[in-house]
Amino acid sequence: MAQPAGLLYSKEHEWAKLDGEVATIGITEYAQHSLGDIVYVELPRIGSDVKQFANVGVVESVKAVSDLFTPLGGEVVEVNAGLEGDPAMVNRDPFGDGWLFKVRVSDVGERESLLSPERYDEIVAEG
Amino acid sequence: MPEPISLGTVQPAGGVPLIFENAEAGRANTYFASEGGLKERLPQSVLRLALPLPDHSELDVVRHFTALSQRTFSIDSGFYPLGSCTMKYNPRVNDAMANLPGFRELHPLVPDEMAQGALALMYDLERLLSNIFGMAAFSLNPAAGAHAELAALLIAKAYFRDKGEGARRTTVIVPDTAHGTNPASAAMVGYRVLSLRSDARGRVGVDDLAKVLGADTAVCMMTNPNTLGLFEDHIAEIAAAVHAAGGLMYYDGANANALMGNARPGDMGFDLMHLNTHKTFSIPHGGGGAGHGPIGVAAHLAKYLPTPVVIKEQDVYRLEFDRPDTIGAMRSFWSNFAHAVRALTYIRANGVEGLGRISQLAVLNANYVRVKVRDVLQTPYDEPCRHEFVASAQELKRETGVRALDIAKALLDRGFHAPTMYFPLLVPECLMIEPTETESKATLDAFIDALRDIVEQARREPEPVLQSPRRTPVRRIDETRAARQPDLRWSPSPSA
Amino acid sequence: MYTPHTNQDIEAMLAGIGVTSIDELMRVPEAVALREPLQVPPALAEMELQRLIAGYAARNTAVQCTSFIGAGAYRHYVPPVIGTLAMRGEFLTAYTPYQAEVSQGYLQAIYEWQTYIALLTGSDLANASVYDGATALAEAAIMAVNATGRRSLLVSRAVHPNYRAVLRTYARGLELEVDELPLAADGTTDLSRLPALLAEQRYAAVVIQNPNVFGCIDIPDGAARAAATSSETIVVGVVAEALSLAALVPPGEWGAAIVAGEAQSFGVPVAYGGPYVGFIACSKEHMRRIPGRLVGKTVDADGQPAYTLTLQAREQHIRRERATSNICTNQAHCALIATIYLSTLGATGLRACAALNVQRIHELAERVVEVRGFERRFSSPVFNECVLRVPDGVNVATLLGALRQRGILGGVDLGRWYPELHDCLLMTATELTTHEEIASLGSALEEVVTKQREPVGA
Repeated sequence: MAQPAGLLYSKEHEWAKLDGEVATIGITEYAQHSLGDIVYVELPRIGSDVKQFANVGVVESVKAVSDLFTPLGGEVVEVNAGLEGDPAMVNRDPFGDGWLFKVRVSDVGERESLLSPERYDEIVAEG
Repeated sequence: MPEPISLGTVQPAGGVPLIFENAEAGRANTYFASEGGLKERLPQSVLRLALPLPDHSELDVVRHFTALSQRTFSIDSGFYPLGSCTMKYNPRVNDAMANLPGFRELHPLVPDEMAQGALALMYDLERLLSNIFGMAAFSLNPAAGAHAELAALLIAKAYFRDKGEGARRTTVIVPDTAHGTNPASAAMVGYRVLSLRSDARGRVGVDDLAKVLGADTAVCMMTNPNTLGLFEDHIAEIAAAVHAAGGLMYYDGANANALMGNARPGDMGFDLMHLNTHKTFSIPHGGGGAGHGPIGVAAHLAKYLPTPVVIKEQDVYRLEFDRPDTIGAMRSFWSNFAHAVRALTYIRANGVEGLGRISQLAVLNANYVRVKVRDVLQTPYDEPCRHEFVASAQELKRETGVRALDIAKALLDRGFHAPTMYFPLLVPECLMIEPTETESKATLDAFIDALRDIVEQARREPEPVLQSPRRTPVRRIDETRAARQPDLRWSPSPSA
Repeated sequence: MYTPHTNQDIEAMLAGIGVTSIDELMRVPEAVALREPLQVPPALAEMELQRLIAGYAARNTAVQCTSFIGAGAYRHYVPPVIGTLAMRGEFLTAYTPYQAEVSQGYLQAIYEWQTYIALLTGSDLANASVYDGATALAEAAIMAVNATGRRSLLVSRAVHPNYRAVLRTYARGLELEVDELPLAADGTTDLSRLPALLAEQRYAAVVIQNPNVFGCIDIPDGAARAAATSSETIVVGVVAEALSLAALVPPGEWGAAIVAGEAQSFGVPVAYGGPYVGFIACSKEHMRRIPGRLVGKTVDADGQPAYTLTLQAREQHIRRERATSNICTNQAHCALIATIYLSTLGATGLRACAALNVQRIHELAERVVEVRGFERRFSSPVFNECVLRVPDGVNVATLLGALRQRGILGGVDLGRWYPELHDCLLMTATELTTHEEIASLGSALEEVVTKQREPVGA
């Protein structure tokens, strides 16, 4: 499956979209599909500082939990408040309205350690 | 085919109304002579205004809970092949004994001299458990297995602190076959959890273990036999390696029904252990509790046991609270004492030979079911098991789409409880089956027939299996909806 | 015992397995084999067994006494119908209701329990129960720590000493700091320094028990609540005597966002300490942090209403080391007893029972202070326990010993827990306490005190 262009990916199936110094972060289509029906997302606190690839939260489906890692480090500036009432949004639109949180990136150079859509696609294809 | 289960005579459409529905306020209470007193005795400011609970006639209450009981599967109503849960018969004499007024009405804060029977019973049970499992001392204090694990890890923490190694011993090693409580308990005392992969034989590999042991090793938590039902035959070497690294060995007693009377964790090198007397010692599960989790320790750890400890001096028993090295109190009072009565009753009913016989017949029953189903489901570790075994529906799923879950639900339609599913995690499409010793060959044969019949049906025509259960009070549950829109209580109005 | 196998069964099963003896299946390496027979007596026939166990029970002479002991475990009247229903084998011998399709009855009962506890405590929701009141408090404190990210707790000294001890044990494991709030002169918690302490923004929770361990009604005032709110400290309310919820302003209304309590009073026997049934109730914002099982209402495949264990991703069997708690069992059967008790008594019965408790403890206190030298130690209103100071020169332990000889358990020697209250007794009266018992307590005290005052006394 082709991954949306213009995004950066992590091996842990998160994506990041850089807009200036703020990155929007979410999980990929592949991730939401393998988790199944998502029932709750535990997000980092606004204002907290997170390091690249740190565990910042948890995604819960009915009978599984997965750690949420941030592909880029920085200060958490916004979380997707809509997910509290409608966590299924992550299943329906993982790259769009199902985004998770936004980070003011402290070191834009960190993007170099993330994956291109093509490279991520290969990883997903390998399973 | 067996009759549908749990269908009582009263099955109103849409289920049983909640006790809060159809209730009327203001029925007279018939239980107490009313004297008033609240408003006269207490200031208005501390009194609650409304007590929004329903009033019922006693007959309505009886019918309500009778109807609920009829919609509940239990050992009394059928067979539970539930792996790692040891759902054996709960002898009723145990309950009768626990219910003796001398026990039931005994307040925990009475003077020791007036509770000598209770203290003697606790002491005797502790001594018996110590002997049966090869430990220096037992405490009946913890309320359940997970509670005992927490106590044991607090003991380990105190032990390493006293040895001056508290700062560096931070890792608890847990095999991937372990129960989920093991890592959760370790986290509650701030230990890092290192999950150890089982080897190709489904056991802890001595070499694999050696690679992860080190100066940071605090405790290795194991159950033996493990949750695959396999005896860890290198247990002596494992214990020696952990001890050589300076660590402690913890025995999760969830599977003790496989070896009771035939082998002892203490002899295997375990320093700490717990028992689930609600499994091994026939205490009723009661729908998920109360449990009872006595903790056993080797001699060098006895001083850390939770308080209070029962002491015997010249045939007089007392509770000792003042123990300088103790990890402290773990609960409001001393133990789930009523369960201690049940456990002692059970041990004395079975006697020394009976205890050994229990585990022997539990192992026999498990192996009998194993050999009778291994041609229709995979048994990934194809060797004699102990009290339980795992079978996999992976091939069936590939061929027909029918999963372990579907088999479990089809069993419900045939009057059997489901086996434990999807645990341990290392076996895909896993069914974990523990028949226990109290089931007869006839019951096992009926279960085997049902399981085989479901697999055959799945191969012939999977759809009905996928649609099961159909004859239970409700059908498959929408768990996603339950978790996304949690409805955890009734409310007087939708907005409240 | 309790094994149904005939010899023929065993032979047939061994043949089916393809082994010649059970021993072959039981073999363990020589190094770990049993070296000598167990030191367990031989089996007893059931009739002998009953005699043996009844022999232990007979040595618990305390049950023959008139008792004024409470302090966290309470004797209450339990209508027989409760035991009859609760001991139905379907309830007693059921496993945890993971297979919801065949466990609707028990699941519904737990949902009803959760509702009762939520209604009684004035909270949004409650869990399916935890071990007991003390562990409920420890787990509630951990919730507060997780919610706030702070690692210190502030606990009233008027919280039951056993509860505080358990909290300290759990806190040691997690390396949390526990500070205490002192007692005020009237037997309540001294909250005068609370605003200053909370202003440090260090505390995850402030823990207050009502009624407190002295039986005193101990509800934080508006200033204390405001201090908690402005410092984002969670008020944890403790309830050790759940019957009080029938009469007093519930914790959810006096500012407790998390309530930890003990429901033993709702039909569960005192049974020398357990099993009992703890509960945790909380506001909606803490729902995902509550430990233990939760039952939710949903629908089945046909759209019919159905109950199931839910939010299981919080729990140990899924989250393992990331779980909110390691708790696995709940006290389902005790919670069931409590649910049947609450359904049977109803609001009317429960209120009448609570009123009788209040009435009896006041009658008791009035009678005791008639004995020369006795006085109420604290002036605060009480629910069903109160602290009585013994006359000067009278030793509490000696006094209790003398009462025991008259068949009376006169309460708890508070010196056990509070050195400064070494001359005080904690006495309890419930609806089971009769006028005659109070009268005989009064005359026994008069006798004993007269004797103790004589020169040879304490």
